[in-house]
Amino acid sequence: MRELLLILFLTSIFLMSIANRMRGYVKILAFQGIVLFALSIIELGEIHIANLIWISVETIIFKSIIVPAFLFHIINRNKITREAEPFLPHFASLIITTIITTALCIGAQSLPEGSIDRYSFVAAMSTIFFGLYFICSRRKLLSQMIGYMVIENGVFILTFAVGNEMPFLVNLGVLLDIFASVLLLGFFAGKIGDVLKDNSINSLTSLKD
Amino acid sequence: MFFTIDALSIIMLIVLAIVCVVVFFHSFTYLRRQKANARIKAIYYLSLLLFIAALALGYISGHIVMTWVFTEVTTLAAGVLIYHHRDSLALESVWKYVFVCAISVTFIFIGILFWSLALLNAGSTDLSYTSFYNLSDRLNPFWLGLGFVFIFTGYTAKIGLFPMFTAGIDAKDSAPSPSAAMLSSVLVNLGFVGIYRAYAVIARSSLAAFGQTLIIVTALITLFVATVYMVKIANFKRMLAYSSIEHSALVSLGMVLGPAGCAAAILHLVMHSFIKSGLFLHYPQLAVFYGSKSIDDMGDYFNRNPFGAVVLVLGLFCITAVPPSGLFVSELGIFSAMIQNGNWLVLILTMLFLTVLIWAICKSIFRVVFLPAKNPLAAPQDVKPHTFESVFQLLLFILAIAIGYFTPIKLISLIAEATFLIY
Repeated sequence: MRELLLILFLTSIFLMSIANRMRGYVKILAFQGIVLFALSIIELGEIHIANLIWISVETIIFKSIIVPAFLFHIINRNKITREAEPFLPHFASLIITTIITTALCIGAQSLPEGSIDRYSFVAAMSTIFFGLYFICSRRKLLSQMIGYMVIENGVFILTFAVGNEMPFLVNLGVLLDIFASVLLLGFFAGKIGDVLKDNSINSLTSLKD
Repeated sequence: MFFTIDALSIIMLIVLAIVCVVVFFHSFTYLRRQKANARIKAIYYLSLLLFIAALALGYISGHIVMTWVFTEVTTLAAGVLIYHHRDSLALESVWKYVFVCAISVTFIFIGILFWSLALLNAGSTDLSYTSFYNLSDRLNPFWLGLGFVFIFTGYTAKIGLFPMFTAGIDAKDSAPSPSAAMLSSVLVNLGFVGIYRAYAVIARSSLAAFGQTLIIVTALITLFVATVYMVKIANFKRMLAYSSIEHSALVSLGMVLGPAGCAAAILHLVMHSFIKSGLFLHYPQLAVFYGSKSIDDMGDYFNRNPFGAVVLVLGLFCITAVPPSGLFVSELGIFSAMIQNGNWLVLILTMLFLTVLIWAICKSIFRVVFLPAKNPLAAPQDVKPHTFESVFQLLLFILAIAIGYFTPIKLISLIAEATFLIY
């Protein structure tokens, strides 16, 4: 079941690499939140009930409801055009995502035995590297934010793969996620969106050498 | 368990205390000149205090997670400080800074996750540095190495090394000068402490050579980048910011080159903190005369502000490690370590980059001090900085010179104790 969910999650990043609309990205983010919730239920079945509730709140309420609603709100308020305007064509994005995932699948063969679930490792690291690629390859400022959320989702999977023995780290990962996301999103809502109407990273080029 | 006060943290705390005194004085004059209202002042001082507290707690963290947490808190406080002017440039730099730091902090967390796997393999769940040091020979090399790559990359945003140095450059450009002084001195020290403690774990394991190579390559790339940007530099504050990443690279090189190089690196970091703060704190006086950050708009500084110009030239000698600068002693130590280790290629490349860097920074500052401005702007002549404003910078430079040539016995023993952590 866990493998199935991880494959479902990986499919979502492939979909993201070829999606063209900002709203599409936000919907995929919400979907990833639900998959992460299901994953956390399976992984943390034996852990304390309070911990389980805390993780569920973060995945379902924070990742699948609050963040997407907030991103939709920003898109509507700043009248962000629906095209994502990637620097590279979708086909190239798909190839790059495939290369990232394949390379990690091959790399995962040489992981030390018995330390981490290989599927989780591949899914997590693919998501993290895809997030970095996503940030670099999209023109809109909001897509940097979405890329960051994708990276956080990757870290979340990794935390679960590691964290069965160390619940302390899982809670810490969740705190990092919420703290950094609220900080960046709050910033976005409060200032960037209003001052930089263009909402493209081209408007962030005043500081240069 | 979470906090330990060792030799390295004591050195960094003393440096922090000295820099803070000067920064508070200059913050006072800066805000008075800016005619800031009570609200702006309150936000500024509050975030400065939060920043200092986070730095101090970050230095004394004896637990890898605590260092990480306080590194994140410095990002938050620094963000408020950088956004002080509340204009579009400040907004752009604070967004870039917070975003890059958020990613770097995520990287450090990923590194900690991998290190926790290595610990689990060795049968422990204690993430304190002492636990890592004690178990270093039993940790799984794969997870240890992979984790170190992520932790090191994460901390490069704070120390100012390739690849994450970029956010710091913009931040120092836009932040008020007293905050920029903190960002390029005591915050760099926090990045150093994070890397130092992580490298101490790697150096005790079978991956010592891997860690050393990674840091040397990164430091050389950083020196190259700093050189390339410095040759065509047009902005005074960015020039100082690039000079900071050059010194971070030198310190990182020293750290991995044996006990003598490591001791020289720590001494270098201490003196650099004083000198770079002094130079950044001098900038508001230039701004009063020229109203611009562009080096082309500045000129004839010696005639306009003779005492300030003398202090600036002394600062130039100090930062370029020209005798009587204390940095001359520490750089000599780092170069000797390279020769002793037989790292001839590293030595040649470093010297080559440093020659160009020294030429570039001297060219810019001598132009400001002695030559007439290329594009003179109508400068506000009615407000002139008080001579007293340069005194603290002079004291910082003299302190750096004194430490270099008459290093206190106590400091030497602290540095020696700190190097035992790695060697």
